[in-house]
Amino acid sequence: MTTAAFGTHNWGMVVDVDKCIGCNACVVACQAENNIPINTQDRVERARSIAWIRVERYWIGDFPDAKAQFIPIMCQHCENAPCEPVCPVYATYHDAEGMNIQVYNRCVGTRYCANGCPYIVRFFNYWEPVWPESLRNHLNPDVTVRSRGIMEKCSFCVHRIRRVARGARSAGVEIADGAIQTACSSACPTSALNFGNFNDPNSKVSKMRDDKRHYTLLDQFGTDPNVIYLAKIDANKKVGAGEASSHG
Amino acid sequence: MQQRRELDQVYTNRKLLNGQLDTPKWWAPTVSILGVIVLLGLIVIAIMINKGLGVTGLSRPVYWGLFITTFVFWVGISHAGIMISAILRLTQAEWRRPVTRAAELLTVFSLLTALVFPLIHAGRPWRIAYWIMPYDVARGIYPNIRSPLIMDPVAISTYLIGSSLFLYIALLPDLGNLRDRTAGWKNAMYTVLALGWRGNPRQWKMQTVGGILLSALMLPIFVSVHSIVSWDFAIAAAVEGWHSTIFAPYFVIGAVHSGVSAVVTMMALMRWLWKWDDFIRPEHFDALARPLIVVATGWLGFTFLELTFALYGQDAPEIALREMQMFEWPWNLLFIIFFLTAYAIPVPMWLFKRVRTNIALMFWTSILVNIGMWLERFLIIVPGLARRTPFVYTWEAYRPSAVEWTIFIWSFAWVTFLMLLFSKFFPLVPLFEQKESQVFTDDVMIGRAKVPAIVREAD
Ligand code: SF4
Ligand code: SF4
Repeated sequence: MTTAAFGTHNWGMVVDVDKCIGCNACVVACQAENNIPINTQDRVERARSIAWIRVERYWIGDFPDAKAQFIPIMCQHCENAPCEPVCPVYATYHDAEGMNIQVYNRCVGTRYCANGCPYIVRFFNYWEPVWPESLRNHLNPDVTVRSRGIMEKCSFCVHRIRRVARGARSAGVEIADGAIQTACSSACPTSALNFGNFNDPNSKVSKMRDDKRHYTLLDQFGTDPNVIYLAKIDANKKVGAGEASSHG
Repeated sequence: MQQRRELDQVYTNRKLLNGQLDTPKWWAPTVSILGVIVLLGLIVIAIMINKGLGVTGLSRPVYWGLFITTFVFWVGISHAGIMISAILRLTQAEWRRPVTRAAELLTVFSLLTALVFPLIHAGRPWRIAYWIMPYDVARGIYPNIRSPLIMDPVAISTYLIGSSLFLYIALLPDLGNLRDRTAGWKNAMYTVLALGWRGNPRQWKMQTVGGILLSALMLPIFVSVHSIVSWDFAIAAAVEGWHSTIFAPYFVIGAVHSGVSAVVTMMALMRWLWKWDDFIRPEHFDALARPLIVVATGWLGFTFLELTFALYGQDAPEIALREMQMFEWPWNLLFIIFFLTAYAIPVPMWLFKRVRTNIALMFWTSILVNIGMWLERFLIIVPGLARRTPFVYTWEAYRPSAVEWTIFIWSFAWVTFLMLLFSKFFPLVPLFEQKESQVFTDDVMIGRAKVPAIVREAD
């Protein structure tokens, strides 16, 4: 029942943690797709780097039996987002398609939303973004370059969604499952990241979501995210779903 | 102990108007030095707005730091004015008379200062004027009234307008007095400001009724303002040190603690600077310090609850946060200083009347309280953000930059500067109140002792 009409989709992501190999391809893809300023050494050291998606690494066990586990984290596009009600100017709000939208033009930069978000996926532009001359012409024309003083975060590559939706609407067809891929999901070599429409029970993500390994991050805050995680399978350990979430 | 001297009207006028009618020697140099600091601060603020918030020490999880702490601090200080003026006016506490004006002034000026911080702390301050300030229904641009950041300016500006009116009404008789004693442009200024004050019975009645009505109106606002400021933090469900249901009363009582202490500091300064020993007497310090003991102890109770709530729920992240706040370097050092200065040193000292009536000791203890109360806000705001979240990516501490410290110092210079400027044109101790109280007070003989008493006619 996928239609091209606005408001009938519920976009979401299913992240299979078991498949993530920690290669960081998604991070680079997102960085390039969304005109994210370069994280120089200085910015990383001052903890001001921007990464709409990041791969967290956890060491399990003690050396030499240590194992690394990875979990990619981006904005969870919470249905009940703590970042939304605190914004004084409605620069962040929930749209009819399950997405948490950031309106750059409205943002005044109180950073209140960033304090509210438990996943710490909101980033503030402390400086005006600069790119080396050689990269200037590589900026994505579909994505606004954010000036200093405003917040930014994963948009579910909303420009890609809109582009496909527009095309589908003018052609009078429905958006096919899988026709929209976010930059991170298309870059992921192991298909750990999967994007799609949760409103369509036959979509790939809807089916994946029914896996009994599914969980959401920081469940205790009741944020009801649109990003669903599938737990890591540890062959040696008898654990139920939610191993990765138990670090909370 | 008889502290009160018989004061005649001429002496009272001359003494209390000495700031306006002739200038004390220290005034010009002090104001110039403060003026330089204020100017410097303004330049730094301009640079910050021009360059961006990158010049601060803020980072990724610690998005709020020194500025918001100082904002809460000044809003807290502002609480004393109305608290003293309104409550004491309504309860007809006689001793309030010399301290009301200074307390109200502190409210107005510290609110003006507090308001600056959320503005300059925004990433794009110039946009605020566009999106929030005109509550513009015509353009269809609504601010988000669910956000405490909208409730804040509403509450604070209500408070500011109310307390300015309150201050002004109480100033009217003195303005009339000054008008009659000045010449030239000053006379013209006072004439306009005095609104035709003649001191006839009708005017006095309206002035008194106005003052009482405003007092009654201001009290609920005074409670609401700091409650709303506390909700800035309390509604953040995901920040362990912030999300607390007791924040509203906790912040209000903390604000009274720091605000009344600031009034004590100010009174001591006024007594020294203008040599008002006859008007601001040890008994006033005594009268302020007694309720302070109660307030401070109530506040301590809230602090204790706030720090131990996590133990009831055995909420692991919150326990971890409290451990960090209290026992981990460098927070533990700040925590110890906070506890010593906000409660452990001053309050037990106030238990002794000898301390309460010793101006120098009261001055220093009240300063200690405000150091402690500033640290309290810092220890709520920053560790809450710098806590170790489940995501290792974002662990980061916070070190305020030189820019932040300069603007922090600027705020103190600015308040003092405004005060001194005010003192040049308006009396800091309300003359009419002072005289009224002299009419009311009398000495009555109890046995063989002569005791000061308040004589009032029954209504
Ligand atoms: S993950 Fe954070 S930024 Fe994204 S919707 Fe939820 S609260 Fe908002
Ligand atoms: S969905 Fe798009 S914006 Fe969000 S993390 Fe992936 S690539 Fe970045």
